[in-house]
Amino acid sequence: MSYEIVARPHQQNFIDWAKDKPEVLVLSADLTNSCEVGKWRDTYPDRFFSMGMAEQNMLGMAAGLAREGFEPWLHTFSVFLYRRPLDQLQMSVAYPALKVRLVGFLPGIMTPGGVTHQAIEDIAILRAIPNMTILEVGDATEVESVLDVAHAIDGPVYIRMLRGEVSRIFPKDEPFILNTARILSTGTDITLFTSGIMTEEALRAISLLQERGVSISHLHISTLKPFTDPRIIAALKTAKHGVITMENHSIIGGLGSAIAEVMAERGIGVPLQRIGLKDTYAHGASQKFLMSEYEMDAQALIRAVEVSLGRKLNIHETELEQQRSVTVHSSAKAEAL
Amino acid sequence: MSPDIEKIESIAKGIRQRVLAHTLANNGGYMSQACSSAELLASLYGGILNFAPVTEPIDPPSFIGVPEVGIHTYKTGQQFHGVTGENYDRLISSPAHYALVIYAALIETGRLREDGLDFFNKDGSTVEMIGAEHSPGFETTTGSLAQALSQAGGIALGRKLKNESGNTWVFMSDGEFQEGQTYEALQAAKFHGLNKLRVIVDVNLNQCDGPMDTVMKIEPLADRIRAFGWDVTTLDGHDIPAILTAASEVTSNPHMLLCYTDPVRGLPVLEERKPTLHYLRFTGADERAKYEKAYQEMIK
Repeated sequence: MSYEIVARPHQQNFIDWAKDKPEVLVLSADLTNSCEVGKWRDTYPDRFFSMGMAEQNMLGMAAGLAREGFEPWLHTFSVFLYRRPLDQLQMSVAYPALKVRLVGFLPGIMTPGGVTHQAIEDIAILRAIPNMTILEVGDATEVESVLDVAHAIDGPVYIRMLRGEVSRIFPKDEPFILNTARILSTGTDITLFTSGIMTEEALRAISLLQERGVSISHLHISTLKPFTDPRIIAALKTAKHGVITMENHSIIGGLGSAIAEVMAERGIGVPLQRIGLKDTYAHGASQKFLMSEYEMDAQALIRAVEVSLGRKLNIHETELEQQRSVTVHSSAKAEAL
Repeated sequence: MSPDIEKIESIAKGIRQRVLAHTLANNGGYMSQACSSAELLASLYGGILNFAPVTEPIDPPSFIGVPEVGIHTYKTGQQFHGVTGENYDRLISSPAHYALVIYAALIETGRLREDGLDFFNKDGSTVEMIGAEHSPGFETTTGSLAQALSQAGGIALGRKLKNESGNTWVFMSDGEFQEGQTYEALQAAKFHGLNKLRVIVDVNLNQCDGPMDTVMKIEPLADRIRAFGWDVTTLDGHDIPAILTAASEVTSNPHMLLCYTDPVRGLPVLEERKPTLHYLRFTGADERAKYEKAYQEMIK
């Protein structure tokens, strides 16, 4: 299995997309090139505003600009959009339901920058905030098409964004659709929900699982809030042996919790296993290393499937290695923190 | 004395009277804020601000819900400031704890119905104790202090992009100069050249725990703000001509009016409550009688 690798899919696409949208502004907090908007700044200097390392004020000024009819797109690392300026995000932006777009890069354990740079509980926190929409992209097609989705939402939007070398998993003509899961495979033993970069990681194991006779439904989730997609409920109902979630986030409050809520509300009584950071902070290391260390990789998925089925599948590590690995991302993304 | 100044004096007097009457009727109120800021809010609403007129005093709205995504009919307290327009000013009030005083100023200037304070802190009313953006006179939600200056900075930047000529005013309290966000906002306003952003500060040197010098010092305040590239005018916040003069200065930078005030001005009996002036609740019938007497003096 191999995918086209797209270099910096956001960079030129966002420039082209914003061309006929004069209300779209960019606010940046000293991570302009790191968030692939350096060229955007040079293309539209009158619509780019450097806010410096001062995120609390950036959130407030974004709110003021939105009240005046502009649509500010804040570009910085995920962690800096909600941890320090959470009160400003809530009172200045979310409460008045303003059209502010928070484009957060390097979500979860994608950064070797360590604990200070790793947004591992952003979805948990933002899901609890009224008026928020939360989106997470999983490939280059979604990086490109999430712009239209966010633009159409009449309130604040937080996007877990990808940068650098990004695989194109989904066809270019199948854009991101709000609150609509992508059904990647259907089956009746296990239902698997993955989001963000975990979808590509899970896909490494899916064909091996299917070869071993595991019937698996796999849905890629790109809208974390709202979470009312009927496809999710339908897929949950088909799972005979168990449900597994896989997210680049703490297992508390994110995709796994959202699925657990739906299962409880609908009385869907099969065991749920949540793959993700198990209530722990991480540390600075490569994405691949951390995914293995914290049991968030394809191996971890295979083990979870084995637990659900109550039998060993005898998939060897070498088989998994022959599937495409995400090593390329880690080496490419170590630069430009 | 010019008619403007007489009118503003009368508004200031009305603010103190209304807030004291309310405090007596409800056995509590934000009294010292009225004493310190009466001339500031009277000058803003009665002279400085170029607001569109309202045809008649607006009824205090009932609470109908919080802002929701996609709901465009939501009315903020901005409606009390008249329709917006490129030449008109805006006022973002930062210390929402001054709500009672702001409501009184709106009544005094014919923008809120005469009996508006009867709805203060009543269940189901928007005339809330600590205003949010549905409350009369509140254009944004600012009760978590020090957020208004950034919000107003964004509004001023947006208006600059649209080439609007109106000023964007912020009413602030001095305690907010203990918050880090205030300084982020100061540096950004200068950096982005927001010279139509103008701030009027009630420097009453008191906060919830008591005198600011015992809680966290903010002086030298004028030097601090000047260091961020702002133009600063320091003045007596009860001197109406001085307030009007400073407010009309045309500056090439964002402008801060540091108005030093007396938190017991016009109500000397409040002196006895020092050092904690933040909220007045009567200790008993004796104290209440003193304030009743002061009120009778005030309305003579």
